[in-house]
Amino acid sequence: MSRLASGGLIDRSLSHRFAFDGRLYNGHPGDTLASALLANGVRLFGRSFKYHRPRGVLSAGPEEPSALVELRGGARREPNTPATTIELYDGLEATSQNRFPSLGFDLLAVNNLLSPLLSAGFYYKTFMWPASWWEKVYEPLIRRAAGLGRAAGLPDPDHYDRAHLFCDVLVIGAGPAGLAAALAAGRRGARVVLCESDPLLGGRLLAETGEVDGMPGADWAAHAEAALRDCPSVTILRRTSVASVFDHGSYVAVQRVADHKPQPDPHEPRQREWRIVAKRAVLAAGGFERLAAFSGNDRPGVMLAGAVRTYLNRFAVAPGKSAVVLTGGGDGWRTVADLTRHGVPIAAIVDRRREISPEQHKLAAASGAWLHLGAKVTGTRGGPALWGVDIAGADGVPRFVSSDLLAVAGGWNPAVHLTSHLGGKPVWNEAACAFLPGALPPGMAVAGAAAGTFALSAVLAEGAAGGAAAAEAAGFSGPAPSVPQASDAAIAPTPIWIIDGGKQKAFVDLQHDVTLKDIALAHREGFVSVEHLKRYTTLGMATDQGKTGGVAGMAAMAALTGRGMAETGTTLHRPPFTPVAIGALAGHHRGKDFRPARLTPAHRWAAEQNASFVETGPWLRAQWFTQPGETDWLQSCMREVNAVRGSVGVCDVSTLGKIEIAGPDAGALLDFLYINTFSTLPVGRVRYGTMLREDGFVFDDGTTARLERDRWVMTTTTANAPRVLQHMEFVHQVLRPDWRVAFISVTDQWAQFAVAGPRAREVIAATLDPGENVSDAAFPFMACGSFTTLGGVTARLFRISFSGELAYEIGVPSAYGDALARRIMAAGAAFGITPYGLEALGTMRIEKGHPAGGELNGQTTAIDLGMGRMMATKKDFIGRAMAQRPALRDPQRPTLAGIRPLRPQDRLRAGAHLLAKDAPSTIAHDAGWVTSVAFSPSLGHWIGLAMLTNGPARHGEIVRADDPVRGGSVLVEVVPPCFVDPEGARLRG
Amino acid sequence: MRIPCPHCGERGNDEFVYLGAAALTRPAADAPAEAWHSYVYLRDNPAGLHSELWQHTHGCRRWLVVARDTRTHAVFSATDAAV
Repeated sequence: MSRLASGGLIDRSLSHRFAFDGRLYNGHPGDTLASALLANGVRLFGRSFKYHRPRGVLSAGPEEPSALVELRGGARREPNTPATTIELYDGLEATSQNRFPSLGFDLLAVNNLLSPLLSAGFYYKTFMWPASWWEKVYEPLIRRAAGLGRAAGLPDPDHYDRAHLFCDVLVIGAGPAGLAAALAAGRRGARVVLCESDPLLGGRLLAETGEVDGMPGADWAAHAEAALRDCPSVTILRRTSVASVFDHGSYVAVQRVADHKPQPDPHEPRQREWRIVAKRAVLAAGGFERLAAFSGNDRPGVMLAGAVRTYLNRFAVAPGKSAVVLTGGGDGWRTVADLTRHGVPIAAIVDRRREISPEQHKLAAASGAWLHLGAKVTGTRGGPALWGVDIAGADGVPRFVSSDLLAVAGGWNPAVHLTSHLGGKPVWNEAACAFLPGALPPGMAVAGAAAGTFALSAVLAEGAAGGAAAAEAAGFSGPAPSVPQASDAAIAPTPIWIIDGGKQKAFVDLQHDVTLKDIALAHREGFVSVEHLKRYTTLGMATDQGKTGGVAGMAAMAALTGRGMAETGTTLHRPPFTPVAIGALAGHHRGKDFRPARLTPAHRWAAEQNASFVETGPWLRAQWFTQPGETDWLQSCMREVNAVRGSVGVCDVSTLGKIEIAGPDAGALLDFLYINTFSTLPVGRVRYGTMLREDGFVFDDGTTARLERDRWVMTTTTANAPRVLQHMEFVHQVLRPDWRVAFISVTDQWAQFAVAGPRAREVIAATLDPGENVSDAAFPFMACGSFTTLGGVTARLFRISFSGELAYEIGVPSAYGDALARRIMAAGAAFGITPYGLEALGTMRIEKGHPAGGELNGQTTAIDLGMGRMMATKKDFIGRAMAQRPALRDPQRPTLAGIRPLRPQDRLRAGAHLLAKDAPSTIAHDAGWVTSVAFSPSLGHWIGLAMLTNGPARHGEIVRADDPVRGGSVLVEVVPPCFVDPEGARLRG
Repeated sequence: MRIPCPHCGERGNDEFVYLGAAALTRPAADAPAEAWHSYVYLRDNPAGLHSELWQHTHGCRRWLVVARDTRTHAVFSATDAAV
């Protein structure tokens, strides 16, 4: 066991039992999976992506490139989860990944020997021949051998939430800078949101030994948290990572609500996506320690020196029994001090400098370590765990030290990622030896390590000043903030990028297995720009996005080109900062909840009638009503059509768009919207109209009724209802703002039913309250009017017909929709009234030759649809000018026609192309296509509508409907598009 | 992006629908074909200040003229198209 006897922010009074690769271990609340496994002496966590090399824990945070595991099992299995961010819970199960058959013995480690074949760009070079093998052999092989964890492959059983927050100051990160910033802003009364990815506030204060305001850093963090809780305007979001920055102060953060539990509590989301709008932001994201590139730097046991301190101080875990510390400057000496204080033996200290301070000499003496100044590490020894380090002294003499922990202090990278999300390029700063934030997103300030400030006292001061300035800018002034005091001196940054010498692989990207050799190869082959380097070698493209190794890779390229870091630059960081589960972005919008389903007011009535529903746009509509004994939809549909044509049927048409228009200029607006004239329509009458887009193509169609002199109601197709309203608003507000007219969608306010068939008038008369007169004389074809039904409920009645039968549409306020459906059924019972659905509706409209979806496809003109003569010549209307273009008036354009099969038993297929009878099936002979088909119960065979070149002139001609995709070529006769009652005698009956 | 709606206040761009250039004038009914062609099809694509139409569909439903920098997304003004 490597657990220290005392200390740490863990609860030793409780024990959590957990399993890794099937073996059981114990840990404590406060542990991460990584710290608990290290405490149990586990060093080997996984195998690397490409070479299957053994890998352990490098870091103690979200930057972890190596210790990735599959968390949980079954449908909740989550691959590639950094063990360093997984909070331990009782019953946790995790599995190592990318190994076969087991973690300790991995057959695919043979890839390590094949590494000359797997160098940068190997996809493009090694597996070139034969070309046909790529898809069938090489790619499946590579995918089997490479890669990380396995996705669950099952529907996610948990749910995800989305929420919105608005604040004055968003503070990103709750380390010393973030806490000081949040306190300064919160004490002024600004609405502060403080996001911290860790479950605890404090950041590096939890991992270091420095004191603030005379108390240990972790204690001060707890005090600061208590003080923030006393500010009513402060919201603290723990386990919440700010993933992305968007324009104008918009941020997306992901909160891991239940990831620290075996499964979420009832009704609790697993994660929540926060959309935060902030007037100002203080980025206090801290920094990431970087891994130096040296021979054998990937062996389990090589750990960042700052992470070693985290495990010692926060988790009370000794990550090794005997340590070597490799440093380039003062930072590594903190690790020396902490290891010594916790009683972990240090075998050797390797400082790249030849001279160190007297204090450091004292530390070295106290640790009892063998001190190597001006020395370097040239290799690591061991198998799945480190057991020794090769050192070359300043004198060049090689030495070997037994050790199972190599702490590497290579310097820190400020976490500048979020400053780049709007395009700001990080700028190299020679003094800080790091890329610092360049142009910042508007409203954002950076404080602390993220800005390149590492001394605790300065970090606290910068945080407090940043928080106060942000509050000030958001309108909250006040006295200068009190600055928490710490008494540490700045440590001069002395980075180590690359240590030459040694024969082993030196990695710059542990997760994608990119080595210094790959950088050199990219350089030789001309991929010199950092953006090319990144894509050619995949440096920094793994799930950790190169947070630890990336800059070392840039430094290697800078050394090769001799151009220096400033000129070499760094790749641009893009959202998200850390990986985000797709589920968190989808939120509740999945499965049947992908979008809300709109139900008509009589939906329940239709369901009782055994309706099968279909999605049409946002609506669920009845498609047909299956009766006992019916086995397929066509049977039901034919029965419904026959009922309408033979007696009477009822159909819910509430989904059609309804727009009520009022005002003295309503007529002028309608004349401008429709190709035909409406202003002359008498009160109490309805007219069919067609609208064009401004480019001259048909946009939508429907009927508009004049209820009163200045009051109209328009219907639109179901699919286009929102677009028509938007179009009308554009026309009125942008083109004709002087017109005195107002309109609003009333689709949801009115439930409407079509009652159609020879007995429709009797049914309507019985549906309305007694005394209402709907005789043909009083209420002729295309009449509209106001009546009452259901004992005094206003009903709008329209005598219009889509089916071609005597028909009415009756509308009542939505609350009465269900009651009206039942009233109509009762009124029609004597005539065997039959509910009919969309299929019957569609069949009857094809029988009547009414254009709908298949014909109104955005590529057809009014002339194409046989409505050329409807276009008024004496008025301006939308689309008028462009519809006059000669090419759109060309008779050779495909035009609406009907078709019927020459052999009555032949089936027609929508989508089939039309050709002259003997023409070959080539595009050069294409003469149009079939838009809609139906089996006509009225005629006893299939019928279709088509767009046919010069269609109206070809009635009687035999053409071929060719459907090569589904097979079959059918001879059809071109006929007028109206198949049933072309004179319209029935609907006027 | 956030758009300062003159009627509703500043709102996220997911409440709005974009149309395009606001500086177009619909030609007279009898204008030559070139004028109509230009109105319907020809658009400038400026790098910088652009005056464009957005509708606040999930708010007041008014069409707005928004002055925006296409390079930075900075919004300089938003006014009601009808006023």
